[in-house]
Amino acid sequence: MTAPVLSVENVGKSYREYGTEWRRFGTWVGWHSRRIKEHWVLRNISFAVQPGEAVGIIGQNGAGKSTLLKIITGTLGATEGKVRAAGRIAAILELGMGFNPDLTGRENVAHSAGLMGFSRAQIEGLMPDIEAFAEVGEYFDEPLRTYSSGMQMRVAFSLATAMRPDVLIVDEALSVGDAYFVHKCFKRIRQFREDGTTLLIVSHDKAAIQGLCDRAIMIEKGRLIADGLPQQVFDLYNALIADMENGSIKQVEADGQIATQSGTGEAVVESVHLESADGRVVEYVGVGDPVELVIRARLREPVARLVVGYMLRDRLGQAMYGTNTSYSDQVVANGRAGDVVETRARFDANLGVGTYSVSIALSSTETHLVNNYEWRDLALVFTVANMGRSPFVGHAWLPPVISVRCNGAVLAAANGGADEGTYLVAGNG
Amino acid sequence: MKDFFLAIWRYRHFIASSIRNDLRSRFARSKLGAIWMILQPLAQVAIYSLVLSRIMSAKLPGIDNPYAYSLYLLSGMLAWSLFSEIVSRSITVFVDNGSLLKKIVFPRVCLPITVVGSALVNNVMLLLMTVVVFALLGHLPTVTLLWVPLLMICTVALGLGIGLILGVLNVFVRDINQVMVVVLQLWFWLTPIVYMTTIVPPRMMGVMRLNPMYWIVTEYQGLLVYGRAPDPMSLFPIVVSAAVLLAAGLFLFRRAATDMVDVL
Repeated sequence: MTAPVLSVENVGKSYREYGTEWRRFGTWVGWHSRRIKEHWVLRNISFAVQPGEAVGIIGQNGAGKSTLLKIITGTLGATEGKVRAAGRIAAILELGMGFNPDLTGRENVAHSAGLMGFSRAQIEGLMPDIEAFAEVGEYFDEPLRTYSSGMQMRVAFSLATAMRPDVLIVDEALSVGDAYFVHKCFKRIRQFREDGTTLLIVSHDKAAIQGLCDRAIMIEKGRLIADGLPQQVFDLYNALIADMENGSIKQVEADGQIATQSGTGEAVVESVHLESADGRVVEYVGVGDPVELVIRARLREPVARLVVGYMLRDRLGQAMYGTNTSYSDQVVANGRAGDVVETRARFDANLGVGTYSVSIALSSTETHLVNNYEWRDLALVFTVANMGRSPFVGHAWLPPVISVRCNGAVLAAANGGADEGTYLVAGNG
Repeated sequence: MKDFFLAIWRYRHFIASSIRNDLRSRFARSKLGAIWMILQPLAQVAIYSLVLSRIMSAKLPGIDNPYAYSLYLLSGMLAWSLFSEIVSRSITVFVDNGSLLKKIVFPRVCLPITVVGSALVNNVMLLLMTVVVFALLGHLPTVTLLWVPLLMICTVALGLGIGLILGVLNVFVRDINQVMVVVLQLWFWLTPIVYMTTIVPPRMMGVMRLNPMYWIVTEYQGLLVYGRAPDPMSLFPIVVSAAVLLAAGLFLFRRAATDMVDVL
């Protein structure tokens, strides 16, 4: 392990309630009243980030994410603890800050680069690069007030990333702008990362975090409550949203991965398995094969409404498909304690090659946010293998009929995906 | 303290471009542009001269010029405009730049320094214009003009000291800005700019001597109108009050800097 590029050591931030401003003024000259109330928004946050790591920071609104980022960048002072950074920290959360609408793009870039602490020589050296990356053409020498918001964002991003920082903090700000430029931005961010820049990304966008990060940190009510693989942390995040009011959350080891369970427990999942067309329990499934997901739930207490839902996820935790018995109008009404509810979902495994997991939700409505009896991630893991289908890439199996004409002559069609594959049946069936 | 000045030095280009931008944006898209910097105070002097010259000129002894009162006004205005611009803009500088302070790491003292810089540019222009106007009115400047920079430094220090104290407090108690608009106006009339000290009742002079701007403005008038070098006895209160207030302002600013960002 090399020395961390960024280490956050037991950082805490408190806002004080002074009651009257006189008590605040008193603290500046050394008079501390006992009537000052402290209100902690962050406490005991510690983590270290290695060079080149990409860390996603997730948490609900108001959990303290942006306070933490401000302390890391240095605009806010920590009340206790320390942030140590080896190298330059740049943040893309202040895009366009300090821009003046009456100055041209070039003048604004020069001015804001000064604000970021660049010397005049550095600014002159970087200017051609910034101009080229922004791609705003002649507008670069026009006053900023003539720019569209997308153009301002282009100039701002080009400036913010003109020089590779050692730590780059990316906020959700990046989601604005046109698709072409957003792609270009992410390309640059990936390039930085390959060159050794550490990324800190704040987002609610699961795909962005799972696509870019190899680690996630979750902040809840000012505490760091999870630090691990993005998928695990996101599962916990979802469970947490579901469990805002009651119930418990625990993570259990399942098949080498950490699964999250939560719920109030009126109904529990007894067993989950996958059956092949001939009724055998399988763990391996051929692409496109018909299978049946069997979920057995037991009621521990009387339940007025029971909705059984499931979600197929890929190995990164991305949702492939999910539905529930509320969508299909098959809600179990007025169940008694001890009832066993077996739900069978028959579908064709039109999935790409890879491993998939199943999350199960037992709840009172289609969203698991109202009455969450049990939520179980990684309730089942199965593998899809390509047996006899023509090779393809991707997460979905969408067999096409392809015709190719070369100079008018039809090329013979290959035997696409339509052939009947053989089942690969294994496991404890 | 060394880091403090080092940081300012490292950000000198940023300060310079902030001052430039500040001046430019103030006059952006106006036809006369920077000329307004001089036109406004000159117009004010012209108005006062027009209204009050008959009453006041008789009371201005020891100077033989039909425009004596205008000269007197102009020199007082020169000192006051520097002081009041620095104070009034320092009061709001942290509130106005709140989002910048919250989101970007840079030496926060750059902001008041920018205020001082752009006020100084304004004031030097006004000084040059004053000299030209004096010459046109038949009052050629003397070597005592060389004392003006020293007085300017004292005025800046005094204004910055007061401005920093009020600017920091204004972040927490926004009423200060509102109050100071009135206070500055009152302060202007409590300083002998438009009138002479000769019309002030003798028992009020004791109170007037507590006003540091009284000393500065009289020295400006002495230098520019009477060609009189400053009296060390009157420089003393100026330098002391400026130094004390600037030190107090910087102390408060350093103490409150982290607290400030929390409430902005």
